[in-house]
Amino acid sequence: MVKRRDCLGLAAAATLPPVNAAGTTVVANAFAPATSGAFAPAVQATPAMLALAQRFADGAALRVGRLAVTVEPLVDNGNSVPVHMTLDSPMTPDQHVVGMALFSEKNPEPHIADFVLSPASGLARVSTRVRLTGTGQLLGVAKLSDGTCWMQTVDVIVTLAACIED
Amino acid sequence: MSRALLFAPSSAKRGEVIEVRALVQHPMDTGYRRSNDGEPIARNLVRTITCRIAPLAGAAAQTQAQTQGAAGGEIIFSARLHAAVAANPYLAFHCRMVVSSRLTVQWAGDNGFTNSASADVLVL
Repeated sequence: MVKRRDCLGLAAAATLPPVNAAGTTVVANAFAPATSGAFAPAVQATPAMLALAQRFADGAALRVGRLAVTVEPLVDNGNSVPVHMTLDSPMTPDQHVVGMALFSEKNPEPHIADFVLSPASGLARVSTRVRLTGTGQLLGVAKLSDGTCWMQTVDVIVTLAACIED
Repeated sequence: MSRALLFAPSSAKRGEVIEVRALVQHPMDTGYRRSNDGEPIARNLVRTITCRIAPLAGAAAQTQAQTQGAAGGEIIFSARLHAAVAANPYLAFHCRMVVSSRLTVQWAGDNGFTNSASADVLVL
């Protein structure tokens, strides 16, 4: 286990959890896609992250899939990490992505950004650069005009963390 | 005034979806860092980014019926940023071009920070 200071420099020991710690929740039952299929992707995320996603979804059913959160799996410098969020949607007035949100598990404030799109966007694809505090998970949520919400997670290994200074 | 960059293709076909890239110079201080004296550097973030589209003068006459609601400074994309966005916030998004338009991106943040940049896209 690695002890490191948190971003406030309080020298409080924060241990890195092992990969499949008891604290993480396998979200297979509650958020499995409604469509039946041989493969039902599950997402593994902490309850805190799921709560953030649910708050963004604002009561809508959260499903796993459709949204792609793309990031380098191994990041040298956590101060500026390119992240892309893409959802394949026709972006017509009837069927388009209304908004997207991105969260980072290990940052002191996990909320990274909200994006509001419109049919005039043409493509539901947004890119930005984020700060990552530590090796952890990014969680993206996309809200569609038909009321459904889709989420996706991706794990990132961060070599040099942002926020933490000696 | 900090530097602001807005990149969009200078021309596009009607109905083409273009990528727009926006960058503004800003430290995005999270409030967690400390200066060399040990004093915390106050939080100073860019909070919102808004992209508006407005038809260019010559194109307006032919297009009112054809535009997909993109009339006069309408917001097509906006974002709310938080501390986890990297310094000099970079954003790339897309826009379907229907008529020759001016894209205007405006940034607003703490301590009255504002900036804007425009780019004209001609639709052939």
